[in-house]
Amino acid sequence: MNQDFDNETISYTRRILDGLRVDPVLLLLLGLLSVFGVMLLYSASGSNIDLMMRQITRLAMALLFLVVVANIPTRILKKAAVWLYLAGILLLLGVMFYGEVGKGAQRWLDLGIIRFQPSEILKLAVPMMVASYLADRVLPVGWKELIVSVILVMIPVFLITRQPDLGTAILVGSAGFFVLFLAGVRWKIMLSLGFLFSLMAPLLWKFVLLDYQRGRILTLLNPESDPLGSGYHIIQSKIAIGSGGVYGKGWLNGTQSQLDFIPERSTDFIFAVFGEEFGFFGSILLIFLYLVIIYRGLYIAAHARENFGRLLAGALSLTFFVYLFVNIGMVAGLLPVVGVPLPLISYGGTSMVTLMMGFGLIMSIRSAKRYLG
Amino acid sequence: MLKRVHLKDDHLEYRLIRRRLVIAAVFILVLMVTLLVRLFVLQVVDYEHFSTLADSNRVRIIALPPARGLIFDRNGVVMAKNLPAYRLEIIREQVDDIEDTLTRLKQYVDYSDQDLKRYRQSSKRRRPFESIPLRLNLNDDELARLAVNLHKFNGVEINARLARNYPLGSLGVHALGYVSRINLEELSQVNEINYAGTSHIGKLGVEKFYEDELHGTVGVQQVEVNAKGRTLRVLSEKAPIPGSNLHLTIDSKLQMVAEKAFGDYNGSVVAIDPNNGEILALVSMPTFDPNLFVNGISVKDYASLRDSPDRPLFNRALSGQYPPGSTVKPFYGLAGLETGTVSKAQKLFCGGYYLLPDEERKFRDWKKEGHGSVNLDDAITQSCDIYFYDLSYRMGIDKISTFMEQFGFGQKTGIDSPGEKGGLMPSREWKLATQSMPWFPGETLNTGIGQGAFLVTSLQLTNSTAALSQKGTRYRPRLVRAIESPDSEQLRETEIIEAGQYKLIKDSNWQHILKSMKNVVHGVRGTAYPISWGLKYTAAGKTGTAQVYGVAQDEEYDEETVAEKLRDHALFISFAPADEPRIAVAVIVEHGSHGGSVAAPIARKIMDAYLLGQS
Repeated sequence: MNQDFDNETISYTRRILDGLRVDPVLLLLLGLLSVFGVMLLYSASGSNIDLMMRQITRLAMALLFLVVVANIPTRILKKAAVWLYLAGILLLLGVMFYGEVGKGAQRWLDLGIIRFQPSEILKLAVPMMVASYLADRVLPVGWKELIVSVILVMIPVFLITRQPDLGTAILVGSAGFFVLFLAGVRWKIMLSLGFLFSLMAPLLWKFVLLDYQRGRILTLLNPESDPLGSGYHIIQSKIAIGSGGVYGKGWLNGTQSQLDFIPERSTDFIFAVFGEEFGFFGSILLIFLYLVIIYRGLYIAAHARENFGRLLAGALSLTFFVYLFVNIGMVAGLLPVVGVPLPLISYGGTSMVTLMMGFGLIMSIRSAKRYLG
Repeated sequence: MLKRVHLKDDHLEYRLIRRRLVIAAVFILVLMVTLLVRLFVLQVVDYEHFSTLADSNRVRIIALPPARGLIFDRNGVVMAKNLPAYRLEIIREQVDDIEDTLTRLKQYVDYSDQDLKRYRQSSKRRRPFESIPLRLNLNDDELARLAVNLHKFNGVEINARLARNYPLGSLGVHALGYVSRINLEELSQVNEINYAGTSHIGKLGVEKFYEDELHGTVGVQQVEVNAKGRTLRVLSEKAPIPGSNLHLTIDSKLQMVAEKAFGDYNGSVVAIDPNNGEILALVSMPTFDPNLFVNGISVKDYASLRDSPDRPLFNRALSGQYPPGSTVKPFYGLAGLETGTVSKAQKLFCGGYYLLPDEERKFRDWKKEGHGSVNLDDAITQSCDIYFYDLSYRMGIDKISTFMEQFGFGQKTGIDSPGEKGGLMPSREWKLATQSMPWFPGETLNTGIGQGAFLVTSLQLTNSTAALSQKGTRYRPRLVRAIESPDSEQLRETEIIEAGQYKLIKDSNWQHILKSMKNVVHGVRGTAYPISWGLKYTAAGKTGTAQVYGVAQDEEYDEETVAEKLRDHALFISFAPADEPRIAVAVIVEHGSHGGSVAAPIARKIMDAYLLGQS
């Protein structure tokens, strides 16, 4: 009887989730990660309850967005892609001319009630646009489609780099190129594009990157060269992670973290706090958790009914991976310092909402398979 | 030929995307493993290393400020050096209750409200565990008292740092400038990283202008400290690179002679080598002691300097603008000859005043009874105003200002020191632009004797005199002769820059003016004749008087009845030896009344000292 009751409860929960068109696996994983994140944030912020509560509020809001997006049928998403894309570009231009400067970069747009970064919209709009453009074309993509898609991606990437926000530009750019990759751009073309890019790198270095961006790359190559400036971040964050050892110093016990040696410890550098307090084992667990989320996304992509869904869900999952890799890579001193948060854990509202909406898209794609299939 | 038709084959496409998804998944796995390997290296392999660094013994990164470059005069005499000085510094992170610590410290060492204010300002933007100075330059008593009681204070340190010192005191302060505590605004204008650890910055003069060269490059030390903040050992060190040494063009002996020569008078003199623009002496009297500013001048000392009616802080040589008076007459004379307005022999009767057609106003000569019949030579030697009223009236303001600008009047000289003023060469365009008024002929006459709106600085007047001595070749004046960078030990000489060139139409015109200027000094009727007594070389010069006090028409200027602060300024320009000039000077003595008897002797003392080596 007990067994029956349990089964009944499970199937009841399942029916609710299905009714909400939400993927229970992903939701569980995301929930786990968020709980983890909130706990970590509590430690990283120096036991700041207010900050933690604000993050929880944002999480709740982001979840709401997830459910809303998950309930938009995929075919409408596909049609809306182009409008969302155009609106995003217009807003980016708006930022360029009327934007508010925060922390030295012009990224914010003030709409009276809320301030937000239009570049966040592009994180979703660019893969949606490219996916909807390629979905009805013959795959693998030909030259014409390739060129159009590259232009579609590069316009927002260029605008965002100029804000300057290298981190977001990388995320938007990779989201777009992942769609192309999945749509079967030939290896030969990808290799020659990669070759071309490496040829152009000196030009990008000289004309596109700003002084401080160049500085960060140089700092990465040799952090000791600038230990009083940006090298300080990397040195301190490496010390924090390294001193965590195999098992970590324990929650709230990281000396580097608690004594404020780690810069930006509740936002971009929060993984340093994690590494110090939870050690190598903790890192394995966290990375595993992220991997499962990504693989769930790829699984949904592989089982989607239409090209649009396959391309979009795949690209979004891959982009999620880029977040993770770039963030941990930079905190661990493998990659230059670019402003990419640790997904769903770093303090900050905008990226959290965008990420959850991204998972909402993936869930909508999953439902499309189930309900139309 | 058959064209291949591409049809949409959903199954094929599905397999393509799936294949790509699998490839991506593998790729992700590889990169994740890379991340884990990296973390493994950090957290397991290098654990010991990082653990030591992060352990209760923490690593501190300390900025090592570079030693500021020294400043020498042209003969190698040190004018600015660095002396070790002890400072009281606080590391905020190691202090439990900062207010309590500050209160208790007061028992052992006196610090002013200003010290406290600076401390609070600096601690707002510090790196973690950076030590911030509270008091500079502790004396022996304070040092001893603090050292004995230091154990009562966590996070309070006594550190030896280098402090700027000006061994010659006030000598040459207006050329040298000084350094003082850096403020937030200045910090935002420099490379903040390079100034981590630097507490002082050049505020005036050469110290400011050559700040980049003098400062050097910051060094970095990673040290291990114990829980109390005491350094245990140095982990790594990158030594700072000291700033470059400067070799000035100033001759400190000559500078001293020049400053002494002023006696109690206020004023300024600049001496230049006319062959290359090197400034041999740059004097603005009175002076002040730059050492006062290095360690934070007391409010009282500063107020007395600031409020003194003699204005010692004011750099008269660069920023003091005065009417040049009759010192411009040789220039006008040359202009008159070169433009053909006058000839050498042409005479004019000077009856003590000059009348413009259709005007009633009398333009007076300084000599009430007039100079009688004068030619150009007489007019320069005796400084006849009437001759130059007539000359300038006939030449017209446009030709005058064009000519004078070619000798540098009305423009900054471009000296390597901040705060220079450009003087004012009046012109028709200038008046229209600034006052929206047309030019009146009377103003031409005033300009013609160096009065009216015409303004010069003594630096500018010296440089124009130097240009005159070089037949029109003008150099940019320099205070720094060479820069000695610490690594190469080689002197990098600063460039001689030609700032302007007036092309003489006839050399004999210039020779004629030179003869007249020699007559000013050596001729019996010359206005500076007294200084020629016992003179061992020939000098060329011209006296001048600049009106401070407007004398109304038909009224007489009587120096007996005029208060000292309303007396005329005395001026004298000169270069020597007249036929092969090695030094050019322009002296301005505020309220000195007479160029010939007050300003000229100062110039002679300077030229004697430089040319004959006597003081």
